Amino acid sequence: MKPLSRRQMAWRAAQDLENGAYVNLGIGLPTLCADFIPEGREIVFHSENGILGMGPAPKPGEEDKDLINAGKQLVTLLRGGAYFHHNDAFLMIRGGHLDVALLGAFEVSEAGDLANWTTEDPNFPPGVGGAMDLAVGAKEVRVLVEHTTKDGKPRIRKHCAYPLTAPHCVKRIYTNLAVLDITRDGVVVREMVEGLDLAGLQAVTEAKLTLANDWRRIGAPAV
Amino acid sequence: MIDKRVRSLAEAVSGVRNGATVLCSGFGSVGEPVELLNALRETGVKDLVCVANNAGTGDEGLAGLIREGRVRKIICSFPRTTDPHCFEAAYKAGRIELEIVPQGTLSERMRAGAAGIGGFFVKTAAGTRLGERKETREIDGELYVLEQPIKGDVALCRADRADRWGNLTYRKSARNFNPVMAMAAGFTAVQVREIVELGALDPETVVTPGIFVDRLVVV
Repeated sequence: MKPLSRRQMAWRAAQDLENGAYVNLGIGLPTLCADFIPEGREIVFHSENGILGMGPAPKPGEEDKDLINAGKQLVTLLRGGAYFHHNDAFLMIRGGHLDVALLGAFEVSEAGDLANWTTEDPNFPPGVGGAMDLAVGAKEVRVLVEHTTKDGKPRIRKHCAYPLTAPHCVKRIYTNLAVLDITRDGVVVREMVEGLDLAGLQAVTEAKLTLANDWRRIGAPAV
Repeated sequence: MIDKRVRSLAEAVSGVRNGATVLCSGFGSVGEPVELLNALRETGVKDLVCVANNAGTGDEGLAGLIREGRVRKIICSFPRTTDPHCFEAAYKAGRIELEIVPQGTLSERMRAGAAGIGGFFVKTAAGTRLGERKETREIDGELYVLEQPIKGDVALCRADRADRWGNLTYRKSARNFNPVMAMAAGFTAVQVREIVELGALDPETVVTPGIFVDRLVVV
């Protein structure tokens, strides 16, 4: 069994972004998805600090310190892009105008609860940023996350132990092992990596899993 | 004749009282009125309640106010941004109170303050720790929490170009919180790159109309 690399996870999530979609990519792993948009599709990336049509990092010599993404990294604007102020940026998020928010997570519950804003580490002050707005506002919330923690604990759980970002918001989860959907009937496995079976996946997942009838292998290229 | 230009940063921030609520614009340091915030620090004012997205970057601007112990409380969405050492030191020492507000709620609370709206219901934070102890209401089958408006005594902003009436244009993602903060305070001081002749700004491109601006200074 060979888990997906982080870039392969981003590749897999990017395959599901449809032509014409307005998408917000969360900080960290989801940001990588922008590198893997399938040929021929136009996706409009939204940034919470007032950008639609956000492009990749600038080439050397083309940096502009007034043009950053939510993670405060330098970015560019694509042709057709636009700037706007914070109220409009969050009106787009909270008013259901974004098609997809692709977010990172600490934990997701079998009911689709998302925990991604604080681990309650007493050494660090908490910070929420736009996480709660994205979780309740986008038409569809998808999560991109390693299947387990570094020490092997499941991240897909019956209930989240960390404080919630929003209840009942996650629709689909992409991990380094599988693609899973949160449905009314629980967590359904749509895809698994080569060499893994349901029992093997269940062993690293706290939530109860069901295998979809039409499940398949993830065919991620080396990226 | 209307002329909102002032001669110095000190003049731009004069009159801010101890205990004032100060809306500090910027997203990280982009769009942050660093020089105005430095000038505010130099006035010696203290016990401030600062409203900002983050809690200061590096040592200048908002970070400097926090380092010097002038900020009693910060209301922000994400205190830990690039190089937040001034805030972290104050927080660990228990010298600053922190109120975490979801980013969209933060900007909407200021918009409500600016628009004379006495509060609003929003789904963000419903069913979470940040929604606890807030009035809730079910609307169309979904849970909403009541959020209160924020008004500043003063807003410190940064724009690209202005005219003497206070009309403002911005540059790229440096716009961020500036328009809403400029609208939501008793008086608004703005540092700009350039002040142009009245009539030189294309009215179609003005983002903040001069009615929201009181003092202008070129930095």
